Parts: sequence; structure tokens; C-alpha cells
Amino acid sequence: MNAKRKKIDYSKWGYIFILPFFLSFFIFSFIPMIDTVRYSFFEYYRSGLKEIGPNFVGMANYVKLLKSDMIKYGVNTLILWVIGFIPQIVIALMLAEWFVDARLKIHGTQFFKVVIYLPNLIMASAFAMLFFTMFSTNGPINAILMSLGWTKEPIDFLGSVWGTRSLVGFMNFLMWFGNTTIMLMAAIMGISPDIFEASELDGCNSFQRFFSITLPLIRPILAYTLITSVIGGLQMFDVPQILTNAQGTPNRTSMTLIMFLNSHLKSKNYGMAGALSVYLFIVSGILCFFVYRMTNNQDLDGSKAAAKKAKKEKRG
Amino acid sequence: MKKRVVSILLTAAMAAGCLAGCGGSRGSGGNGGEGKVINIYCWNNEFKERVEAVYPEVAETSKDGTITKLKDGTEIHWIVNPNQDGVYQQKLDEALLNQADVSADGKVDIFLSETDYVNKYTDIDANVAMPLTDLGIDPATDLADQYEFTKVTASDVNGVQRGSTWQCCPGLLVYRRDIARDVFGTDDPQAVGEKVKDWETMEATARELAAKGYYTFASYADTFRLYGNSITEPWVKQGDIVVRVDQKIMDWVNDSKEWLDAGYLDKTVKGQWNADWNQAMGSSSKVFAFLFPAWGIDFTLKPNWDGENGAWAVTNPPQEYNWGGSYIHACTGTDNPEHVKDIILALTANKENLLKISSDFSDFTNTQSSMRQAAEDDANFASEFLGGQNAFAYFSPVAENIVMAPLSAYDQGCVELIQNSFSDYLQGQVDYDRAKSNFETAIMERYPEIKQVQWPD
Repeated sequence: MNAKRKKIDYSKWGYIFILPFFLSFFIFSFIPMIDTVRYSFFEYYRSGLKEIGPNFVGMANYVKLLKSDMIKYGVNTLILWVIGFIPQIVIALMLAEWFVDARLKIHGTQFFKVVIYLPNLIMASAFAMLFFTMFSTNGPINAILMSLGWTKEPIDFLGSVWGTRSLVGFMNFLMWFGNTTIMLMAAIMGISPDIFEASELDGCNSFQRFFSITLPLIRPILAYTLITSVIGGLQMFDVPQILTNAQGTPNRTSMTLIMFLNSHLKSKNYGMAGALSVYLFIVSGILCFFVYRMTNNQDLDGSKAAAKKAKKEKRG
Repeated sequence: MKKRVVSILLTAAMAAGCLAGCGGSRGSGGNGGEGKVINIYCWNNEFKERVEAVYPEVAETSKDGTITKLKDGTEIHWIVNPNQDGVYQQKLDEALLNQADVSADGKVDIFLSETDYVNKYTDIDANVAMPLTDLGIDPATDLADQYEFTKVTASDVNGVQRGSTWQCCPGLLVYRRDIARDVFGTDDPQAVGEKVKDWETMEATARELAAKGYYTFASYADTFRLYGNSITEPWVKQGDIVVRVDQKIMDWVNDSKEWLDAGYLDKTVKGQWNADWNQAMGSSSKVFAFLFPAWGIDFTLKPNWDGENGAWAVTNPPQEYNWGGSYIHACTGTDNPEHVKDIILALTANKENLLKISSDFSDFTNTQSSMRQAAEDDANFASEFLGGQNAFAYFSPVAENIVMAPLSAYDQGCVELIQNSFSDYLQGQVDYDRAKSNFETAIMERYPEIKQVQWPD
């Protein structure tokens, strides 16, 4: 009895301290989310000043979306994301490897870390505005190209499908490669220096070291980066929205899923927007599940799995 | 990837929540039945400047420009939201839907609308803009001097006028004098006017200009208003769910394609209101002319021109047209009907006030008699920017000949989206049919109740 009383329980303070978050999450995120799902089964929009609905229509919104160009916009989103992500991960890996390599003795790594992170601090919309002006047909980039004699006619960057897509990808790359670099640096620094030293004694060259030691050992973080980037990419809208004036020009080839969602919200079409959100929610949910599996996976070097396998074989 | 966006959104949501909590709650006091606060919804400072300039009851405006005090102690609260991307209409619609539930001083008393969407607010079923007669304004006598087409524009289906404007926006052709001298050997507005008097002559002139390496207009969007103003049927008939694309609109597409291919338009300028378009108004550009109403010359051309004054001149356009115009509406449920009536009369019916607006702000104002007067009064109405030319002499006859195209509540979306869809076609990105189907997709996204698009045969 006495011993029990001595054990003071502080855990309630923990709950009290996290209560504000859960309260505000519940009110500002959870309830609206449930509402979104509810409205997705209704016909509910505004025509001029008149509100139409909400009338229950069952799965009609979902079916209509499947018949629309939604899949095409999903593919657009994916393409835009890939164009940005591939250079992002390659450059970030390279920089991270260089920055943590003690033998390279790069001076001012702190300075460069700040510099590569800087583009991320600019608002995406401001960044897109900047590119829109720079790459316009009579803009400075074309003026430079023409005065260098590289091109006779101004290049219509924003008028061509691949021009627009590459610009969007390029911007996303610029904005996020610093972030990824820093994350990967942390991962590489987490590898025990013993392994690197041992490999050096064994005569490993830097390529072998990178591909056979660094890369396998940071695989969990790499996967995490990949998945979070996919989820972020799924929600991409700010850059293409500003760059193409919300039209996804040319020919709606740079229209992303969220831009599609926004164009429904312009008419306050809560029903359709809700249904689209639910689709996005399911896809993000699946992706999140993978992240969760990965970050909770304690078996980093694969030894546990190997042990399990060995045990199984023994039994069999 | 988008953590930051999320956090910005959260912050914004919190800030918005705070602001919503702080606003509102102001005690209302009796003032002979009139409320203490007049809430005016608008999208820029244009209206405020004009009220300050001519409304005699104005005492002073606060430093931040959000509150104007009248001599009797009533306050005008200016609620300004930008027009771009439909923000203004969203905020206004929100306020109008809550109109019945807010306290007297929170009610919208006056709101403004543009020609592109005036129809949405004068709608008889929506009934958000009060008929002027309910305020005690008789359009037949009080507004007799206004241009007829502005009165028609602000009326509902039954012809009941539900708004009034100080401004009337007849458009002209503004051209570069140096290019005119180079190509035609003269820069006289009358002689140039002959060269652009209708579309056929215009095309011959365009050929002449192209031969010397000049573009007639900057972009295909420049001519859209002229075609769009002469449609015979509204985009969407009252209560209908079909968008009817007029033959005139398709004419615009076809003519623009021809002109682009012939090199009469600058291929690198894609639409209006972008950096390329602004640059085309600079001294290094090869563009001969723009089609602008009075506000366009003042707010758009002038700031973009980097040369001397007097380089531009105006003349008659190939076709009479109207572009823009801000309508003042008394909002249903206002608690300040007397003040509202007073303001509307002072700003849209008082000839002296309107003449002052014309000379102070170079607006083409909405009184026929005084505009005729201004057209002859070179001493007071000559424009410095136009090198001493009196533009009113050209505006006035255009204004009198404008026939307003039939309006619908869907005009803004239709005009915006058809230009966007066919931009791709004009730039050679998609074929004709693809542009059509892109328009259909876009219009049904914007207006879910639209079920069909009918194209001319």
C-alpha cells in the first residue's frame, strides 16, 4: 500500500500537454474531414447566388469523376513529380556524400548547406511568378539566349508541353533538393565510421564505398524520402497553378489533381471536390501505410529477416 | 514536400479565425432610423477616390484608408477585395448570404459590380440589388441623362433598373504616331481613323503595316471585346442549362488565326495582362495599336509607356464596343437607405460631379449632355499623355452608338474560358476540335449546372 503511493504518476501531465493539439486537430481537421466525406455523396454547389443542394446522390460524384479526365491529371501529376524528383535525389545524394566525406575537406560546408536550403524559403507562388516572368517569350532568359546567338527566334517555354513541365519540375527540384540533402547527410553521418575505415583498409575506392556501403545503409531513409516526396507530389499545385494561371496550359497537360480540385472549388462544388478529396485520401493513405511500415521497421540491416529465414529453413 | 504549405495554411486559418472573431460587433445607434456604418464592398480604390472627390458629405478618411467619416458622423467602411481570380465575388457572395443574420451595422449597404458579372447580382430571383425605385430614385427622370446602354446593363429581365454607374466605357483605337507617320505618311487621327473604320479596311491597313514590319495589334485577345460585344444571344438564356457559343465568337477564333498566320499580330504575346503584353506597349515594341476604353489608356497604357508624352493618339475603332464599367448597387437589407440613395445620386446623376470626375480622373462619365460638352471643350479636356488631343471627341460618338450585347450571369466564366481554350488552338498546341472539347470540360467544371455546349453550325 505504502509502496504504491510512493510511485507518483506523472503521465497525466503528458496527456494534458498534448491535449491542445488533439483538441484543435479534432475541431479544425477531423470534423471538416468527416464533412468532406459526407458531402462527397451529395450534389452540393452554388449557381450564382443560389445554393443547389445538398441532395443525396449516392456514388454519382465518384462515378462522374472516374469518367472525367481525373486519371489523366493523375498522370500529369506523376510526370511533373518524376521530372522534379530524379534530379533532386541524384544531386542530393551526391552533395550529401561530398559534404560528409572527411577526406574531401570541403571548406564552408555550413555555408553551402544554408545556400542550398535557401530556395525552400521563398514562397512557391513567388518563385513561380519569378520563373513566369523570366521564361516568358520576351523575357530575360530569351533575351540572353538570343544575344548569345544560341537561338534566333525566342523559345516559347511556357507554350510547349515539355517546356512547361520541365520548368515545373526544375522549380520543384530547386526548392527541395536542399531539404533532401540535409536529410540524407544526417542519414550518412549515422553510419558508423568504423565501417568506412575498414573499407578503406581493404582498398575500397570511393565508388565502391558509395554503392556498396553508403547506399544500402541509408536505404530506409531513402525510402522515407521517396514516399514523403510522393505524397507531397500528389498534393502539388502551387507552382503549376501560378505558372499556368490555374489553367494547366497548354491543353491541360500541366493540370495536377489538386488544381483539378481547385477548379471545382471555384464553383463551390463541395460534392465533386469532396469525392476527389476522398480519392486522394485513399491514395495518400496507402502511401502513408508504407511509410509507417518502413519507419517502424527496426530490422535496418536485414539481420533479423535473415535469422528468421534461417530458422524457417532449419525447420523445413 | 508540402509541410511548409500546410503550416502556412494552418497559420492563415488561425489568423482568419482571429480576424473573424475581432470584426463585427459595433453598437448601432439611431440616427433618424439610419445606421451608423455604411459598408461598401469594392475591389480597388477607384470608387473611394471618386466618393472623396465629389461627395459633399465627406469629412475625412482615416490614414489607412479603410474608414471614411461623413459630416453627420456616419462612417463608411471600405471592404476591399481584389477582383482577380474571383476573390471579390467570393467574399461578396459570402457577405450577401449572411446579410439577413448580421447586425444592422454589419450589413452590406453598397456593393459594386463589373459589367462582366453585373447580371449575377441584378438577377430578379437573387434579389440582392435593390430596385432603384425602392430607394426613391426614378430612373426615368433622375437618370435621364445617362447613356441608355448603361441603364439596360444594370436592369433585370423585367427591365427594372437595379444599379447605376458613373462611368461608361466606350472603347477607342489608340495608336503610335511614329508608326503611323512611317507607314501612312500621316499621324492625323482623322486620316488614321479612315484607315481603320471597319474590319475590311482594317485588314488592308494591317497588310500595309505588316509589309513595313509592324504588328497591328499585340495579341488576339485584344480584339475579343469587339466580337464579344456583338453577340446576338446571351451565352446562357435565363434559367437554361445550355451554353450557346455565338457565331461571332467563332468568327473571332477564325479571324485571329488568319491574322496570326499573316503576321498581323505578335505571336509572342499570349493574351492580355501579362508581361509580354505590357512590354508591347513600350517604345521598343513594333505594335501599332491597342483597343482601349478611357481607363485602359490611363491605367494600363500610360504606366507601360516609357517614352515621351504625345507619342500616342486615339481614333475611332473598327467597331463600337464597350469594355468594363463599375456599377453601384444598393444592397437589399441595407440599414442606410437614405445615405445610399444620396451617394448613388451624387456619383451617378449629378452632372457637375461627373464632369469633375472626368477632368480629375479622365473617366468617360455617364451623362450624355456633359460628355458632348467635354468633346468640344479642348481647353479643359485635352489629354497631356495624348499630346493635347481631346479624346472625348472620339469617345462620345462611340458611346452613343453602343448596342449592349445580351448579358447573362455566366459571361465572366464563358469569356475567360473560351479565350483560354482557344489560346492553345491559336498557338498551334491543339486542333480546333480539341479546343472545343477543352472549353466544354472547363465550362462544366466552372458551372456544374451547365450540361451542354452548343456550337454554331
